[in-house]
Amino acid sequence: MTPMLTVEDLAISFATRTGRFEAVRGVSFTLGRERLGIVGESGSGKSLTGRAIMGLTPPSADVTARRLAFDGIDLLTAPPAQRRALRGARLSMVLQDPKYSLDPVMSIGRQIVETLRTHERVSRREARERALDMLAAVQIENPARVFDLYPHEVSGGMGQRAMIAMMLIANPELLIADEPTSALDVTVQLEVLGILDRLVTDRGMGLIFISHDLRLVSSFCDRVLVMYAGRVVEEIAAAELAHARHPYTRGLLACVPVPGHDRHPLPVLDRRPEWRL
Amino acid sequence: MSPTVAAASRTGSRPAARLWRPLLGLIRFAAVVATTFLGLLAVTFFIGRVIPVDPVLAVLGDRAPASAMERVREEMGLNLPLWQQFVLYVRQALSGDFGTSVLTTNAVMDDIRRVFPATIELATLGTLIGTGLGVPLGVLAAVKRGSLTDQIVRVIGLVGYSVPIFWLALLSLLIFYARLGWVAYPGRIGVAFEYSFTSTTGLYLLDALWQGEWEVAWDVFRHIILPASLLGYFSLAYISRMTRSFMLNELGQEYIVAARAKGLSEARIIWCHALRNAAVPLVTVIALSYANLLEGSVLTETVFSWPGLGLYITNSLQNADMNAVLGGTLVIGATFIGINLLSDLLYRLLDPRTHAR
Amino acid sequence: MSEAGIGSGQGTRAWLLSEYPASRMQARLGRAYATWLRFAANRLAVVGLAILIALVLVATFAGVLAPHSPYAGDLAGARLLPPLSPGHLLGTDDQGRDILSRLIYGSRLTLAVVLMVAVLTAPVGLLVGTVAGYAGGIIDTALMRVTDIFLAFPKLVLALALVAALGPGIENAVIAIAITSWPPYARMARAETLAVRHADYIDAIRLMGASPLRIVLRHVMPMCLSSLIVRVTLDMAGIILIAAGLGFLGLGAQPPAPEWGAMIASGRRFILDQWWVATMPGMAILIVSLGFNLVGDGLRDALDPREAER
Repeated sequence: MTPMLTVEDLAISFATRTGRFEAVRGVSFTLGRERLGIVGESGSGKSLTGRAIMGLTPPSADVTARRLAFDGIDLLTAPPAQRRALRGARLSMVLQDPKYSLDPVMSIGRQIVETLRTHERVSRREARERALDMLAAVQIENPARVFDLYPHEVSGGMGQRAMIAMMLIANPELLIADEPTSALDVTVQLEVLGILDRLVTDRGMGLIFISHDLRLVSSFCDRVLVMYAGRVVEEIAAAELAHARHPYTRGLLACVPVPGHDRHPLPVLDRRPEWRL
Repeated sequence: MSPTVAAASRTGSRPAARLWRPLLGLIRFAAVVATTFLGLLAVTFFIGRVIPVDPVLAVLGDRAPASAMERVREEMGLNLPLWQQFVLYVRQALSGDFGTSVLTTNAVMDDIRRVFPATIELATLGTLIGTGLGVPLGVLAAVKRGSLTDQIVRVIGLVGYSVPIFWLALLSLLIFYARLGWVAYPGRIGVAFEYSFTSTTGLYLLDALWQGEWEVAWDVFRHIILPASLLGYFSLAYISRMTRSFMLNELGQEYIVAARAKGLSEARIIWCHALRNAAVPLVTVIALSYANLLEGSVLTETVFSWPGLGLYITNSLQNADMNAVLGGTLVIGATFIGINLLSDLLYRLLDPRTHAR
Repeated sequence: MSEAGIGSGQGTRAWLLSEYPASRMQARLGRAYATWLRFAANRLAVVGLAILIALVLVATFAGVLAPHSPYAGDLAGARLLPPLSPGHLLGTDDQGRDILSRLIYGSRLTLAVVLMVAVLTAPVGLLVGTVAGYAGGIIDTALMRVTDIFLAFPKLVLALALVAALGPGIENAVIAIAITSWPPYARMARAETLAVRHADYIDAIRLMGASPLRIVLRHVMPMCLSSLIVRVTLDMAGIILIAAGLGFLGLGAQPPAPEWGAMIASGRRFILDQWWVATMPGMAILIVSLGFNLVGDGLRDALDPREAER
């Protein structure tokens, strides 16, 4: 079976006053209809990797790769119009904080309908029906009411569900979730994750789950990429995580607090310059 | 004044509070408007009565007979204490009595009522031109940030900020009227139609079109287009600059990334999402530029002999006709306040975050 | 100061741009140099700066630079000569006076007006704004109400009314413009003050027992300075335009003073046939006020990189 997404030797760099800054280097992985977690600290290049797959890196970024292909389509040589047609319809992305990632002056319903009508020729009425169904699918209790609300009128958890609805309504095959629960209250996080989990499973989608939370990723994904300073330092099956070999991964694992144990001094994450190479 | 009002009505948690908060906001709002207007009167009072050594002289000029001087002194209540004079002044102003103009011998209020529509017509057309061109230019500059287009828009704006309007008016008259003969001058309407055409609203262009007098409308248009374009250029400079800055701000927001992730076209992202969001602060900017045009019209009207409030004020100035000057100043100040109120209302209409639910 | 500091130009530059300044002065100079680099990278801003420097030089050395007297003209032989006439580069006006010389001397008036207004208004606005913002409560409300009242008037119209009452003349024009110009500074200083008022470092200073006066003077006002400088620079262009407008209406500098606005007014009568009489002073106003705008723009971008990012 050919993989849905192939990333080979991906590099992303920016021109700065002091020369080229390589934010991502030599990142390679493949993805089928599975759940891949990308873990790393802030600045490790995990979000940029996700955005490069979507084609949403800032104009100043220089993206190169030996191969970056989705379902046989070479993303780097594809014309912008083709990439745009892929976005939302086949490739989609959930962003971190619904407070900023939803348009504040457009009602939630219209934003969901907008995705659908961009990619499918459907009547207004049908689009509304499907948006309402989608809102119900993300377990919003009163879809008809929420449909007409503006983003500032709903809670963070509700907003993120609306975001998921907006990004999944056109039935994409691959979803990139960039820290989808980091901005939410802890109690809501699990709910939203559960919804995401069910939708991804039911629809047989591929998922790239980007997070700084190693434990969350390991419990949620099949496979984990650990990134440090723009490089993948370790790729490991989530179940095998306890046997991680790279000292950075082990360091990350060691940072996870264990209830009932009082550790002194707290371990400090080791960041060696040679891992950057 | 807008932020306080918006803040006052935006909050509201308990049901009881929700009921009367807006009312409280309204009362507060009215209080702010009232004090501002009172302050306006205080300033003009100060200018008219306190600064001049002899206000009567300032109002009548030095050639008036002594009997008239004494009568006016009585009318103005100059023998009363200052605070009573102010109360009298406020009462007169509120009833629309700004005294009599020495120059025209009419009540100042009647004069203003006659000339103000001309200024409104000019400033409105100017704002329409400035907004119609300025917003697209600003959007273009923001989208193509750093490009040559951006630079050109920037320079157009900067020159607009830097050029003396009366000078540009003179040069444009020289070119478009004297050399090319494309436009008409002076005034609002040609001599041929001056007496046959009656305007009901004082807005000639609108009236002419309404009455179906195409020939008149064309003539009026040829008179108004040059001064309106000049004023339009000034508001364009301001509006395009602010549009660019607002658009850049919006284009950097996360919801734009989300809109791209949805697969929307750039055009839709720019016009339906970014500009729609930028429109909220833009309303205030456009209102402000409209108010500024009322001011810009003072010099422009002088050059074009446009019989509006600006020309009225400068004519009165040249003849030391203080009542007329202060009346005109007050009317422009009051219009300023009115426009601010209106922009505040529009702002809330456009931004769902300020809607009370 | 470090030893490596002075030496070759390269060394000075490295010293200035050092990531690890050894003294407070080095850090300060380094920051100023970085600001200058950002400013100098903006070509338009440098053009603006050149214009302003030229203005100052021309005003200072007007006596040397001007080929003719700005007041006395050759009524018999040199009335309304066109530009590029021998001896009169920009032509002469209706009284046979050399326009270039009048422009050169007029630069003194322009510079004086701008400086006077800036000196009169910026401190007042800064004081009102910081006091209102720091004190809060009823003082804040009262001061801001007064500010709003002045803001409710269009500048030029209020200045017109004031000059009408005070009488025409350049001093009165300066006073009138100053009275109408301070409110925006007060508003801005207040906003900046509110932003830093509850900052931890202000609390720390207060805990150390600093008086409110000291806090406002030494710790709040400096925070407002950079935006105030930008704002004042940008406003200077507007001040020049208002002063010229007053001059044009005959309310500013009185004849025969070579004030640029008044020169346009006197050239207005000849605009159809002797276009240069009104055109030249207008060009001068345009160039100088463009200079202020360009510098102000460049300063804003250089002093506030965050803003420049937009």
